[in-house]
Amino acid sequence: MIRVVLPMHLRRLAQVSGEVQLDVAPPATQRAVLDALEASYPTLRGTVRDQVTHQRRAFIRFFACQQDLSNDPPDAPLPEAVATGAEPFLVVGAMAGG
Amino acid sequence: MSGVRVLVGTRKGAFILTADSKRERWDVNGPHFGGWEIYHVKGSPADPNRIYASQTSGWFGQIMQRSNDGGKSWETVGNKFVYEGEPGTHLWYDGTPRPWKFTRVWHLEPSLHDPDTVYAGVEDAALFRSQDGGQTWEELSGLRRHPTGPQWAPGAGGMCLHTIIQDPQNAQRMFVAISAAGTFRTDDGGKTWRPVNHGLRSEQIPNPTAEVGHCVHRIAMHPSRPQTLFMQKHWDVMRTDDAGENWREVSGNLPTDFGFPIDVHPHEPETIYVVPIKSDSEHYTPDGKLRVYRSRTGGNTWEALTRGLPQSNVYVNVLRDAMAVDALESAGVYFGTTGGQVYASIDAGDSWTPIVRDLPAVLSVEVQTLP
Repeated sequence: MIRVVLPMHLRRLAQVSGEVQLDVAPPATQRAVLDALEASYPTLRGTVRDQVTHQRRAFIRFFACQQDLSNDPPDAPLPEAVATGAEPFLVVGAMAGG
Repeated sequence: MSGVRVLVGTRKGAFILTADSKRERWDVNGPHFGGWEIYHVKGSPADPNRIYASQTSGWFGQIMQRSNDGGKSWETVGNKFVYEGEPGTHLWYDGTPRPWKFTRVWHLEPSLHDPDTVYAGVEDAALFRSQDGGQTWEELSGLRRHPTGPQWAPGAGGMCLHTIIQDPQNAQRMFVAISAAGTFRTDDGGKTWRPVNHGLRSEQIPNPTAEVGHCVHRIAMHPSRPQTLFMQKHWDVMRTDDAGENWREVSGNLPTDFGFPIDVHPHEPETIYVVPIKSDSEHYTPDGKLRVYRSRTGGNTWEALTRGLPQSNVYVNVLRDAMAVDALESAGVYFGTTGGQVYASIDAGDSWTPIVRDLPAVLSVEVQTLP
């Protein structure tokens, strides 16, 4: 079970509170996690990554285990602690604007 | 009892203002979608309970919302806007080619006849249509594929398709306006389009009378006279009486002919409203006064409407989609400012009162006249 923490606006949009838990078949990658997230919450399609190119939106960041994974390849394995559910995968709205 | 529902889109959410036909006591409901930019909210003329909203964010992109109960509850619908085929390029600010890229929905125009059909004007400029209540969207690509498309360039606010007008007497005819390309017309239900900008003059482009490149800010039509359109351009207020074939200037005695919105009285096709703004480099009301100008002669002769509006220290703007009229017997006129005020007149502009004063910056105002 992979734990995902969404920013407030996306939690509200998906009508969830707290963390989202997703079943993701190994290997756990950014792409697999986002595929599972969008399958479970279709309203989030297009909000984290482009619906066609699957590129991360510019002001979205991915953090986990105190690392910035935003620019990692989408098929790179996520840290073991994320894959096992020990640590959450954080989807973060970048600090910008007002 | 009849009444009105004012749909307000702001920088930080949507608000719904309702009143009975006297329009004296208002209920303010919101924010809906708090924290998001709501570029436009508009109800279906065919079913007033059906409302569409464009919810957008620089972080999270485009969300589309739909209500089936007059805005009491909302559901997300489709937000996949994909240009048909290979998008090609338009011009960027520096004159270089730039691939067409979807950014947001600026304007929603529900069909006059079918609540499930709605048009969306988007940035980068294109026209999309949904025929399933917003679940899926298809581009009417004949517009973007017009041979002049690669020459289109953005205005300061982005290359947006911001105005969509359906001809109530001819289902095949529609007008759109794009900043900064100009006005386009289809006579075959959106398959093909042609520029209708003859008579416009824009000193800000290399050829002031070019076929395209004009920064049209908004156009408006009275439903009883679909051949007549009124336009607020970057500079100049214009009108056409032959469906866009020829435009002529009707700025007349306006203190400045720069501005964004323009609208037509619901029962008097020659009565029109604008809000003059100081200049293209100073986007606020001139002389610190908030004045709507009304012409009862279809332009050229204008009167300032000031009763109830602040006449000192006002430096706000009124954006292109932030004015609307209701259809009650004593005509209501409404507008919202970048300072967060929404004003209403229930006597066709003779006097004004604020419905609400301190909303986030207002992006759009629409009105539904309820049975």
